[in-house]
Amino acid sequence: MGRKAKFDETKKVKKGPGRKAKKQPDPVFKKELLADDKEDKKLSHRQKQRAARRLKKKKELAEKRKALKEAKKNPKPENDTEEAVSALDDETPKGFTDDNKEWLKPKKKGLAKLKEIEPDSDESDDEGLGEDENDASSKEDDDSEQEIKDTKKPSKENYKVGTLDDLFNDTDDEQDETLDNEETGDSNKSYNSDSSEDSDNSEDDEDEDMLPIEKANVKLKQKQRLDKKLADEELQLNIAKQDVFAFPSEEELQNPTSLQDVHQRVKDIVSVLNDFNRLKEEGRSRCEYTELLLKDLCLYYSYNEFLMEVLMQIFPVQELIEFLEASEVSRPITIRTNSLKTRRRDLAQALINRGVNLDPVGKWSKVGLVVYSSTVPVGATPEYLAGHYILQGASSFLPVMALAPQENERILDMCAAPGGKASHIAAIMKNTGSLFANDANKERTKAIVGNFHRLGVVNAVICNYDGRQFPDVIKGFDRVLLDAPCTGTGVIAKDPSVKTTKDQKDIQRCFNLQRQLLLAAIDCCNAKSSTGGYIVYSTCSILPEENEWVVNYALKRRNVKLVPTGLDFGTEGFQKYRHHRFHPSLKLTRRFYPHTHNMDGFFVAKLKKFSNVIPEPFKDEDDEEEAGQENENSETKEAEQNGDVPEDQKIKLQTGVKRTAKPNTAQPKEKKQKTDDSPQPTTNGNVEPINNQKKKKQKNKKKNKKGQKSEGQSNQTKQEDKPTEETKQTTKQNTQQDPETKEKAKIEKSNKEKVQTKPIVVDKANENTQSNESNGGTPKKKKNRKKNKNNKNTNIQNQINKNENNITDKLEIAAAKKMKNNNKKQKQIGQLNSKKDKPTEETTKQNTQQDLETKGKAKIEISNKEKVQTKPVVVDEANANAQSNESSGGSPKKKNKKKNKNKNNTNVQNQINKNENKITDKLEIAAAKKLKNNNKKQKQIGKLNSKKEGGKQGIKKNLKKSNPKAKG
Amino acid sequence: MKILSEDRTRLLFEKLTKYIGVNVKLLIDRPDGTYCFREKKDRVYYISERLLQLAHTVKPDHLISAGTCFGKFTKTNKFRLHITALTYIAPYAPYKLWVKPSSEQQFLYGHHVIKSGLGRITENTPKNQGVVILTMSDIPIGFGVTSRSTTDCRHADPLATIAFHQADIGEYIRSEDTLV
Repeated sequence: MGRKAKFDETKKVKKGPGRKAKKQPDPVFKKELLADDKEDKKLSHRQKQRAARRLKKKKELAEKRKALKEAKKNPKPENDTEEAVSALDDETPKGFTDDNKEWLKPKKKGLAKLKEIEPDSDESDDEGLGEDENDASSKEDDDSEQEIKDTKKPSKENYKVGTLDDLFNDTDDEQDETLDNEETGDSNKSYNSDSSEDSDNSEDDEDEDMLPIEKANVKLKQKQRLDKKLADEELQLNIAKQDVFAFPSEEELQNPTSLQDVHQRVKDIVSVLNDFNRLKEEGRSRCEYTELLLKDLCLYYSYNEFLMEVLMQIFPVQELIEFLEASEVSRPITIRTNSLKTRRRDLAQALINRGVNLDPVGKWSKVGLVVYSSTVPVGATPEYLAGHYILQGASSFLPVMALAPQENERILDMCAAPGGKASHIAAIMKNTGSLFANDANKERTKAIVGNFHRLGVVNAVICNYDGRQFPDVIKGFDRVLLDAPCTGTGVIAKDPSVKTTKDQKDIQRCFNLQRQLLLAAIDCCNAKSSTGGYIVYSTCSILPEENEWVVNYALKRRNVKLVPTGLDFGTEGFQKYRHHRFHPSLKLTRRFYPHTHNMDGFFVAKLKKFSNVIPEPFKDEDDEEEAGQENENSETKEAEQNGDVPEDQKIKLQTGVKRTAKPNTAQPKEKKQKTDDSPQPTTNGNVEPINNQKKKKQKNKKKNKKGQKSEGQSNQTKQEDKPTEETKQTTKQNTQQDPETKEKAKIEKSNKEKVQTKPIVVDKANENTQSNESNGGTPKKKKNRKKNKNNKNTNIQNQINKNENNITDKLEIAAAKKMKNNNKKQKQIGQLNSKKDKPTEETTKQNTQQDLETKGKAKIEISNKEKVQTKPVVVDEANANAQSNESSGGSPKKKNKKKNKNKNNTNVQNQINKNENKITDKLEIAAAKKLKNNNKKQKQIGKLNSKKEGGKQGIKKNLKKSNPKAKG
Repeated sequence: MKILSEDRTRLLFEKLTKYIGVNVKLLIDRPDGTYCFREKKDRVYYISERLLQLAHTVKPDHLISAGTCFGKFTKTNKFRLHITALTYIAPYAPYKLWVKPSSEQQFLYGHHVIKSGLGRITENTPKNQGVVILTMSDIPIGFGVTSRSTTDCRHADPLATIAFHQADIGEYIRSEDTLV
């Protein structure tokens, strides 16, 4: 059927007519129509004669011309014989004299006629030969030259009645002249050079026998050349002028006219910034330009300023524009062939049959296809439903390719929903081994289930955990993929809301979570795996905070190293970003940008775990910053939960998180400030809600306290009320006397970091107790504690553990002391209520005493240095752990603990688990003590109400009792 | 993940036999390891023993799915085969029915197969037999139950139903949430 198309280039296509093609004969024309070359032959005898004469004349003329040139060079006139003068010369008898007769002569009839009509505007005798203006030949010769040369000289003009031809030439000449006159002022050099004499002369030789129209043409061309030249110059001038971008005034900035203008301004600023030294406006700094650019970009692309600022720090200006432009348009739809069910070629064929226009995504992938256009919905074809492919961005192939799963491995995808990458892993493993697909969001796990079944993945377990707790569930994976949740700054095209919604706090929240997830992912991985031990971390964000920084953090905290991702394209990761200096191996990570790779912005890092031991955490900048940030975060969360954030605190938070780009030198100072800031909000944050609760409690207690107003109603239920009492009491000083709190805050500030750690710790402990309390049962704790002690004695190996124990002990002690103080205070309150004679001085005294005590404790704690530093994190984890235990475990607590103990004794491998368990135990114990104290306190209050003085003594006794316990 | 009760196992195998006949035993005796049926929240999962052990580490509350879901037991204690079982049923089914491209889409929207849409059918398919339904390009797109035998089909009215719809792959989109 039909002829085969030969796309093979090696085979030559035959040229010329084919075998079957009939050759058409040459066309035959009539003689009349043929070209008039033969006309010469037709010439009559006379004509020939005339032609010969003409030729002769021409020769002579040429000779004369030469002579004239010589004459020009040496002004001596030469006498040559001349031919007869034409009749036309009669008209201008003066013009023809003996002097000039040798050369002044009509050339041709036509030309002469023309000459006669011409006005000869710019005739002048520069050669020193007595010239006649109307002398035709000379005029013809020098016409152009003179026009050019002698414009400045006033020319004699001789007006004549002319024909139409004349008119045409006339205007031409005049224009030329005027033009020349104008020009000579500014640009005669270039012009002169353009039409130099020599060329003119040589031209003129030939010009002589030109038709008028040809001459006109020549002139026109010359004129055009001139015009062009001028235009070019003007253009240059204009460009030079345009380049100088005028900085807009304030008014202009405030009233932006149109987006086009803004866009133009952006372009201008970019060009200025590219060549700043030359193009800047005097007295303007680069800063001003960049600020203006920032604003304009925000306006034009509708970003918020924060994000734009961050982007400007990542990209140079030109690239930034490209990135922003690329982020406006969506990437092409890509699909991934499910190699479990079909092959790419078959799938492509099937889809083409359905009217889908597609192509392979690139050489780097064997399963990807790009869909350019489609007549059917690509997400609902029978092939799609049968699981032959899945819609997946090209960038999502990359982390799986970097992970390079092998058959029969155990692999974890920590944040799997909707299962695109996880199913890719399963496909590469060919449904062997086992795949754990986890996602924190239960709703989204349904998508994983659907996709896995559709794609025929049968080796998968789909579960729903918070990724941070996954090491508690199961460990020992050969490979772990962590596609962490992120701000999505790489996929702005997909979700433009990112432009406006993200701010510093979101980023912080993200990277804190990412860090924890990455550590969890590393913990899940088994370094001793024969085939694996790899972790791949990826995000669809391009911010270094969420990428390099997170990886850098993990490098410091776990025994992992970066290895090449195995992706041969993409740009290298940052080794430094603003004031951060990352590990040099971070260049092994890969970044992908929408403007350079035509896929979503992406980051991929591949880590290899080389030891299962978790190194002892150490203090460094990240730690501190993180501590500060966590503090802030937890604070804000609390505040959000409680619903009411004091106005000043809000402001503080905002200022606290403001992004500052300072050089390295200023850093330590800044940090200190940060740490100084952080404790304050905590104390403040605690103040208000607790205050409310306290009031409520007081109400409950028969409203025995008169002086206090009951303004706020706490929203919390009674169950929650109980534990929060403790926090109340720990921060009682703050709530009771406002001036005192201020003083205290100052003192705390002066203590700087030392005290700073304390509020956090106490806070955490409180939280813990809350969770414990909600579970109920207080009596069990003593036993646990004893066990704990025993444990401590026996377990000498675990140094970290010990440290942590110490810390918790100290914590307990501190808490106990605070309790004491609180009790005292309560006493005092009681006293105050009963007899108002006692001034508040006493309380203040006691408070200060307390402060001193706390300070002392803080110092002790700080003597532990690193241990204390790491505490907040540890405690936090422990909390989470405890909570999870409670939430999940229906069984009584004691048993759990016993189990844990047993495990501790037997399981030497699960170090982390152990530690955490212990910590929780200890915390629980601490909490138990507090509860005890609390109970006592409550009792005391009751007593106070009934019999005030007796109560005091009772409290003292109680305190004495509780003290040794706490210290023991 | 608990072992199916005797009763339920019987129900399950009855149903499976309806579609894949004696091939049921191929599901149990496999060369690549032992596979078993497990029940979770009335859903029946087909899972390899090896994977099952790993899945046990996940607490039941957090386990969403493991292996392949075959279907579920209804409140009236009948077994209902889900489309997710198609992966295993399609290759083993002895009776098949092919639909024309024109009526593919109809079937994927949950309609029965009518005579005019019938492309091909396995010889001597009895009445009320479970069949796997495929496109003309041999892609399994669901399963159903024949309403007529092959011989009856020849003389059937163009609009007469040949096979009743049981499950189709369109459900992956239509009812993703209730799938498992």
